[in-house]
Amino acid sequence: MASNGIRDKVAIVGMGCTPFGEHWDRSADDLLVDAIKECFATTPALTLEDVDAFWLGTMNSGQSGAVLSRPMALDYKPVTRVENMCATGSDAVRNACYAVASGAYDVVMAVGVEKLKDTGFSGLVRSNVAGDGTAPENTLTAPAAFSLLDPAYCKKYGVDQQDMRDAMTHIAWKNHHNGALNPRAQFRKEVSKEKIAASPLVAGRLGIFDCSGVSDGAACALVVRAEDAHRYTDRPMFVKALALAAGPANGPMDPGYDYTSFEEVVRSSADAYQQAGITDPRTQIDLAEVHDCFTPTELVLMEDMGFSARGEAWRDVLDGAFDLDGRLSVNPDGGLKSFGHPVGASGLRMLFENWQQFRGEAGARQLDAPKLGLTHNLGGRPGTCVSFVSIVGPERD
Amino acid sequence: MPLGITGYGAYLPRHRLTHEELGAALGSGPTHLGKGTRTVASYDEDATTMGVEAARRALGDAAPDRWTSNLLFATSSPPYLDKSNATAIHAALDLGHRGFAADTGGAPRSAIAALRAAAALGGLAVLSDLRTGLPSSADERGGADGAAAFRFGDEADALATILAEASASAEFLDRWRVPGQDASRSWEERFGQEMYLPLIADAVGRALAAAGIEQADHVIVSSPHTRSAGVAARTYAGRVPSQEGALGYAGSADAGLKLAAVLDRAGAGETILLISAADGCDALVLRTTASLPGRRAAHPVLAQLEGGRELRYATYLTWRGMLDREPPRRPEPDRPAGPPSARGEAWKFGLVGSRCRSCGFVHLPPSRVCKRCHHIDEMERIALGQRSGTVATFTVDRLAFSPSPPMINAVVDFDGGGRYTLEVADASPDEVEIGTRVQMSFRRLYTVDGVHNYFWKATVVAAEED
Repeated sequence: MASNGIRDKVAIVGMGCTPFGEHWDRSADDLLVDAIKECFATTPALTLEDVDAFWLGTMNSGQSGAVLSRPMALDYKPVTRVENMCATGSDAVRNACYAVASGAYDVVMAVGVEKLKDTGFSGLVRSNVAGDGTAPENTLTAPAAFSLLDPAYCKKYGVDQQDMRDAMTHIAWKNHHNGALNPRAQFRKEVSKEKIAASPLVAGRLGIFDCSGVSDGAACALVVRAEDAHRYTDRPMFVKALALAAGPANGPMDPGYDYTSFEEVVRSSADAYQQAGITDPRTQIDLAEVHDCFTPTELVLMEDMGFSARGEAWRDVLDGAFDLDGRLSVNPDGGLKSFGHPVGASGLRMLFENWQQFRGEAGARQLDAPKLGLTHNLGGRPGTCVSFVSIVGPERD
Repeated sequence: MPLGITGYGAYLPRHRLTHEELGAALGSGPTHLGKGTRTVASYDEDATTMGVEAARRALGDAAPDRWTSNLLFATSSPPYLDKSNATAIHAALDLGHRGFAADTGGAPRSAIAALRAAAALGGLAVLSDLRTGLPSSADERGGADGAAAFRFGDEADALATILAEASASAEFLDRWRVPGQDASRSWEERFGQEMYLPLIADAVGRALAAAGIEQADHVIVSSPHTRSAGVAARTYAGRVPSQEGALGYAGSADAGLKLAAVLDRAGAGETILLISAADGCDALVLRTTASLPGRRAAHPVLAQLEGGRELRYATYLTWRGMLDREPPRRPEPDRPAGPPSARGEAWKFGLVGSRCRSCGFVHLPPSRVCKRCHHIDEMERIALGQRSGTVATFTVDRLAFSPSPPMINAVVDFDGGGRYTLEVADASPDEVEIGTRVQMSFRRLYTVDGVHNYFWKATVVAAEED
């Protein structure tokens, strides 16, 4: 069983990302056009005609490659529609990168789009396969499924419920703080810890400020061979690792699973670190864009990715370790929490923050010359999910 | 082979509506209606689910035998028409596909039909009802929801046998309900009394004569006609005073619940006169056996009646579909699909999973590939409906679609292996925590497009029961 990776074989040479938010005046078509238009406006060396093939990620905003080829009036190019739940956008990138690495194409584009705000419902809406009505997912919402982590974590590590509440509050506060510095974020306001802790309950102890923003948006990336990268931009972003793990969904059936970890994340991050040659993620990674769909998710991810010791992430969070100026900046762009979470676009948005940080274009959020960044997407819920991890950097080793 | 009652069980739902609450909500004053209370089926219960609970108690731990494959179900509030409800109960009891499962529906008298058929064929008589009435009516106030089930088998193994029975029938308009209506209408009460009393005298007289007794030890009177029931109870009073008065009238379940309550306390070798006056009169005389005292139901009727959780009237109206509240901004779940429900019949109705023969890992729902050792098609069935479990973690979902938000969900680890995420029924959020002990209860999760989604939920086990 090998995971050879494609370290430094491909590079991203152009990106576009719409503001995320409640775009009542924008369709999914409009969002695709906006993101792609921005991408080429900032990558003058390439045009849409130069792109050989496309990977389009969307969970629920349309089916088939025509979702992209129709609004962009593409002339008979290959377009693959990708769906992998909340990891959809990341998996579009992953497959696009492999297509270039294989030599099949010279220039490809990965695009992600989601239009969530047209349904009239709160939160994400699933399209279910016809079933016997016994699956808890039929009614149990995403915040409820992730809220299962909170009491389980407190119990396992003997963490005081108030300390846990404070850690969840700190994560929401931090991500709102970062999002306030980001002109493309859905929520561009700092929120006080008092307000977060007292927000109306959604599920378990999760209040509305513990939940990511439901939003519309699109983002895209142009992928080329690493050796060609400088033909198109002076500051490309090299792909160091792409890892994906789909679990057997043991958690909901296995009394041995304790709802304090995502094995899929442990496996996919270990694979990514190995591909990228990372031996100590705590010191080697400079920024991490992780899947903070709900505040306890981000907390658990810190441990699953090796940024905190088991049972210690809540303390690291409260110590500010993952703040914008902490030892590892986590979700410097505001994360799903305040940048928003248009499902198919989120994985590309995470790469977009790395792209801006490496190019020195992150404005008030700018970190000091980061060398390695991580993106992480989770699709599903505790015990039943897919996890994606990528490592990217501004330099080719 | 003569048959007798070899097991029985009763189920009363947990919720109570007090006359005080009714009076306060309806503006007739808190004292006007007195101190009474009625049992109320939860929003996720119906005649079928309550019938399952009673039947599970009647079966106990007994392995299904050749008698239990038949099931006769009686209710005046059938969750389905055209489609049998007895088959869902039969499936929830995991009784296999052999046997006769049929409804005797419509009027409360169908309960006697189910009892007589089960006594003749062997098998289970499941008597269950959910009683409604127009807001502020006597039916609403004096009704009761609940179920009772009786298992008939070899007389040599019986707790009680039927000594004699007699019936009288007549056509007259005392109470009636057009299909689709929520509540019954009734004629002037004095007319009903005039019609019922001669029928009762006739049937009871013949039954007592056939049994060769003048007075029974215990007398049960069940009738939707309250005045006639009162007169009959005084006329034919048993040697042992009745204690069943507080229950209210439970329709098709009424005679069964009262019989179960008598079996809860009757001594060996005692006679029971059961008078059911509904569109005529049926009188049965039973005699208990020496087996009864050692094999009473684990959940006595009167003990169940004493417990309970008081309900606000607005919640009651919402549960009965008489108050249409704004739902959460979430899509309704899809209706359960026919073919997957049939393929998963043992799982969905019987809570039957699969256990790996190689490593013992329990899969809920059943799986063909073992999640631990990856063997394929090396599974055996394992039924979990009778097992208790422990809450591993939990949440209260305030966003989810539910007929009665918020929805409480728990990850349940079953004793002896197996885990599933289940809704917690009949609980308030503060009753559930990690380590809480739960047991399984058959419920109706929701109804979409006229399809009832039956499945299992967890209920909190009272500390003294565990």
